[in-house]
Amino acid sequence: MPLLEVQGVSKRFGGVRAVNNVSFRVERGMIKAVIGPNGAGKTSLFNMVSGFVRPDAGTITFAGAAMHGQPPHRVAARGISRTFQNIRLFPGMSALENVMVGRYLRARAGFLAGMLGLGRARREDRAAGERALEVMDFLGIAHLAEAEATSLAYGQQRAVELARALASEPEMLLLDEPAAGLNMRETRDLAALLGRIRARGITVLLVEHDMSLVMGTCDEVLVLSYGEKIADADPPTVQKDPQVVKVYLGDEEC
Amino acid sequence: MPKPRHLPVAIFLSAAVAAHLVAAQAGKVFLLTQLTMSAYYTLAVLGLSLLMGYAGQISLGHAGFFAVGGYTSAALSTLDLSAHRTAGAVAALAKVGVLTLRPQLFGGEALGVHPWVALLCAVALSAALAFVLGIPVLRLKGHYLAMATLGVGTIVFAVALGTPWLGAADGITGVPPFPLVAGVQVGGSSAGRVANYYVAFGLLAAAMVLLANLVQSRAGRALRAIHGAEDAANAMGVDTAALKLRTFVLSAVLAAVAGAFLTHLNAAIGPSEASIMKSVKYVAIVAVGGMGSLWGALATSLTLSFLSLRGYFGELDDAVFGLVLVTAMLFAPRGILALRPQAALARLRRSPAPEPEPIPPHEEAPGDEPAAGLVGARPSEEAP
Repeated sequence: MPLLEVQGVSKRFGGVRAVNNVSFRVERGMIKAVIGPNGAGKTSLFNMVSGFVRPDAGTITFAGAAMHGQPPHRVAARGISRTFQNIRLFPGMSALENVMVGRYLRARAGFLAGMLGLGRARREDRAAGERALEVMDFLGIAHLAEAEATSLAYGQQRAVELARALASEPEMLLLDEPAAGLNMRETRDLAALLGRIRARGITVLLVEHDMSLVMGTCDEVLVLSYGEKIADADPPTVQKDPQVVKVYLGDEEC
Repeated sequence: MPKPRHLPVAIFLSAAVAAHLVAAQAGKVFLLTQLTMSAYYTLAVLGLSLLMGYAGQISLGHAGFFAVGGYTSAALSTLDLSAHRTAGAVAALAKVGVLTLRPQLFGGEALGVHPWVALLCAVALSAALAFVLGIPVLRLKGHYLAMATLGVGTIVFAVALGTPWLGAADGITGVPPFPLVAGVQVGGSSAGRVANYYVAFGLLAAAMVLLANLVQSRAGRALRAIHGAEDAANAMGVDTAALKLRTFVLSAVLAAVAGAFLTHLNAAIGPSEASIMKSVKYVAIVAVGGMGSLWGALATSLTLSFLSLRGYFGELDDAVFGLVLVTAMLFAPRGILALRPQAALARLRRSPAPEPEPIPPHEEAPGDEPAAGLVGARPSEEAP
């Protein structure tokens, strides 16, 4: 059974068919990329998988449970964690606190326990801080823990956002253009990092424009064009697919 | 972080003691009465500060919750059921202490609801009201939320003003003192002035401890996250609607408790407590104190409420609060406490320790600082 199974999903925004009858699977432990020209429906598809957008039709099944129509926080509770194309860090909070929000689902203390400063709440909090720091260490940004997250350099902010997503210990990680705005060295580091994330048993689904990252790192590539699926295979096959070459790579023959 | 977290509260209480001693030394103990009243208004402001500064939601109807607390307490504790004393239900309630006798001004005794029970009813009613209103209202954002809460405040005001049972324009008078603990009553007698002062500031300090705990807790972090980037908080599993609702209810309860105690202190409440201008004053105080700064809100509220109650602003009282609000928005959109020390302190702390990785010049771009708008309104960037 695949970890994620998307079947016949469609989404319209007004008269625009953003996603039309798209189906695909993501097997456990795989890195899969969604590519396509601007406006191909990649982000809409992503938002449907993460619960931010409700599909008009079709089903999304994650680890055997129906996800379509579930709100984002429920989807997150099921083990899907995501990052955003335009980085969405929490301003006025340190990098560590940002990552600690990623531990939200891994603790239970509520409003009252927090207000009363109960021992259980404090123990949980300490554990959350330690675990968050471990994740930051895994990404090599532990030294930035106390810095205000939104004042960090762009690449560092991306890393903090990734740490926040990883801190929830998801089964599947959704990365929306993780290499956007990164320089070549940072992109190489990211590719290596994706491998290490997979090695931890986390399945990755990413939207990406950077072809070197997609072709070099991913196990499978789903290609969208005008909301339709035009290819879904391993990188070499996709690269040779005439339709992909036509709509995606265009006449430039890169 | 064990002990020192509440050091500020200890300092605050010491300052309260100092203020008492200075006032006593100067022979102006009467000032404590206005300070006590200021403390209760501040209790309501703290709840609003949490709602606006941490949950990022505005309420222009907070005086409504304050009044619901005050009026419920006043109406129930001034009831006189002595005519029905023999009726079964009344007798039973009197027996378990829900109803209690109190001496009347012109002799005789009245049978009304015990103030503690009245307080519980006041809290329950305002919490229920906030809960029921919050579910639809908190779906709105920015201006719409402001309008909706403004409407709620207006309704409470109109009901208070138009209900004969609530005293209409005169309000409710003759509210009995509140028996807090043996020997200490929240009431208007000048003999109890000092005790009342410490009760109010004790309550305020307790609220600060609870709120400071909350802000640093898992739920508080989630709240701050909602304020900063709601979609990202959502994606981390935070049920933002539920958390906002809880904060809304908590802030309403704080306002109701404040309203109830102030009503017992004054032995009366009138519809002006529910007026829109009161709500606007609360919002102005939170804005001046700094969104997301409980201490800033506390200091601003105590100062402005005290000056206002002492009549320093005279006829221009409302205008002063309006001016304060405009000035704060123009010159200190992040609140007075953010005006100076933080940036300087941060720089001081940074410069001696060489940073492993230099922090880019982004540093002081409060461009997307959510505190900037009065309404806390950020365009909701719903990704299509």
